[in-house]
Amino acid sequence: MIGWLSYPIFFATVASILAIAVLGLNLQWGITGLFNGGVAAFFGAGAYGLLILGGTPQPDHMGGFEWFYPVALLGGVLFSGLLAWIVGLLTLKLRHDYLAIATFGVAVAFENFVRNAEWFSGGAKGMRGFERPLESWIADPFWFNLAFLGVVLMALMGVYALLERLLRSPFGRLLRAIREDEHAAQSLGKTPSRVRLTAFVTGSMIMGLAGGLYATFYAFVSPQDVVPTLTFQVWAMLIVGGAGNNRGGVLGAFLIWAAWTASGWGLSRFAPVELQLYTGTLQYILIGLIIVGMLLWRPQGLLPEKLIMSQ
Amino acid sequence: MIQNLVDGFLVGSILSLGAIGLTMVMHVLRFANFSQAELLSIGAYAALVFDGVFGQMLPLFQSTLEPLSLTGALVLSMLASMLLTGLSAVVIDQLVFRRIRDSGEELSMVFASFGVALIIRNGISLLFGLKSHLYSNEIVFAIVVSRDPLLLIKPDQVFILIAALVLMVLLHLVLSRTTFGYALQAVAENPVLAQVSGVRLSFMVAMIWMIGGALAATAGVFYGLNNQINPVMGRDLVLPIFAATIVGGIGSIYGAVLGGFIVGIASNLALVVLPSGYSPAVPFLIILLVLIFRPHGVLGEART
Repeated sequence: MIGWLSYPIFFATVASILAIAVLGLNLQWGITGLFNGGVAAFFGAGAYGLLILGGTPQPDHMGGFEWFYPVALLGGVLFSGLLAWIVGLLTLKLRHDYLAIATFGVAVAFENFVRNAEWFSGGAKGMRGFERPLESWIADPFWFNLAFLGVVLMALMGVYALLERLLRSPFGRLLRAIREDEHAAQSLGKTPSRVRLTAFVTGSMIMGLAGGLYATFYAFVSPQDVVPTLTFQVWAMLIVGGAGNNRGGVLGAFLIWAAWTASGWGLSRFAPVELQLYTGTLQYILIGLIIVGMLLWRPQGLLPEKLIMSQ
Repeated sequence: MIQNLVDGFLVGSILSLGAIGLTMVMHVLRFANFSQAELLSIGAYAALVFDGVFGQMLPLFQSTLEPLSLTGALVLSMLASMLLTGLSAVVIDQLVFRRIRDSGEELSMVFASFGVALIIRNGISLLFGLKSHLYSNEIVFAIVVSRDPLLLIKPDQVFILIAALVLMVLLHLVLSRTTFGYALQAVAENPVLAQVSGVRLSFMVAMIWMIGGALAATAGVFYGLNNQINPVMGRDLVLPIFAATIVGGIGSIYGAVLGGFIVGIASNLALVVLPSGYSPAVPFLIILLVLIFRPHGVLGEART
């Protein structure tokens, strides 16, 4: 029984963590209309930030400050926010292409940096030396993973509740107003670039939280975790689920993660050996087809954005 | 140092050719096309296939043009590849981008372009394999231009540079001397007004893809001649090409040419101080510098 249950728990944990990142992207793209081509960088900033601040001292890379876990997690989140603030400050006053290119660039540069800067992040072999909180209390891995799933689900529900509230608040209305007609919002005395920056930084910090939880789960992070694949997956999740709809984002995260793991498993099991080398290639084509297909035939996603009438 | 400068100039000419189409599309269709660099891959692989076919059909063209490593067949292949890549760009626009544009979701085109890039890049991997290819297995020795400071140049590189410059001059003549060129500039300036003056917008959009695709094909072939052809060349070139358009100013064709050379030279000079592992991140640093000091680029203008 327990052995049979451990895979669904593992699956739900990773899918829920990715769902948090999708909610962050939904705030940026779905609600505010900001393109983020570097989800992996903001996710990675949270993950690396946590391991540097909360890990045990290691001889070959930075970190080992052994901060109290929630503080270290918050540190990683703030690190993501700082990265987003710098990129946003430079690009959000310009036309939207600049944000797209700069965020894409920041992801390339981030992955390149953590891969090369061994003194900082351990280079290609990644970062270890993190002791998961409470693991000494809950010795059995099954119960630990179950408890951790509970923590992740709580974080997911917390972010969801926050965004739902925000959607209905005056600030949420302002975000949509700026997305729909920037000049009209400006004429009412709003400053679009500042509001956009707030939304962009908040969304990136949510991605940082997802990254921090991911690094907690594996007690390890390497450059392989921040490759562009992650960005494409998170996009596909939001586009399939429905940009602008938080519930859709969570649904998309579970669906796409199921499709991704199932296709990987199916190919490794049933595909001929010479094709197995191309498992990743085929999965990328699948993700590309999902993105393009959805945009062509169902751009609103499975659960379209709900119009919120303001009284 | 001088070697870095010369190499940078060469890489710059390749980036310029790739960036011209990108900046035109970004200006007229108003979206950052992340699949532009995949057109370089299509061009490089198409030339590889044509080269094989022409080499078989026309044995006369199989001998190398001394002292270059390239054959007459490859030159013919490059021309065929320009046509094919340009047509592919038009077809991709018709199949994907035009339909999203028509539905009014301009920003979604950026997502779509990433999807298209993933499909093309990995489709090429499936067709041609993950390993790299070369146009010619012959080893051509570099010429020692000077010993102190050391400067090595391969004959192929001289050819690439001259061919790239000739293409740019041709483009300049078309833009500045022909009615078609004026129409193209008018569309870039103000699409609605151009239509009022009797320019057919759909035809001009197709021509922009055609020209951008053809120049990208030459960039891809030159990149393959200078380095090697592999399925991820588009992934490696997309950021430098974007950096070139931003340095030059989005929408400025002459800016894209200048931007390509600036990015190529700056990236190679950066290797003097930075370990080479960091080179993929250098275009991003260039983008940051431009955004801090001159957000609209060297030759660009503010436009919202």
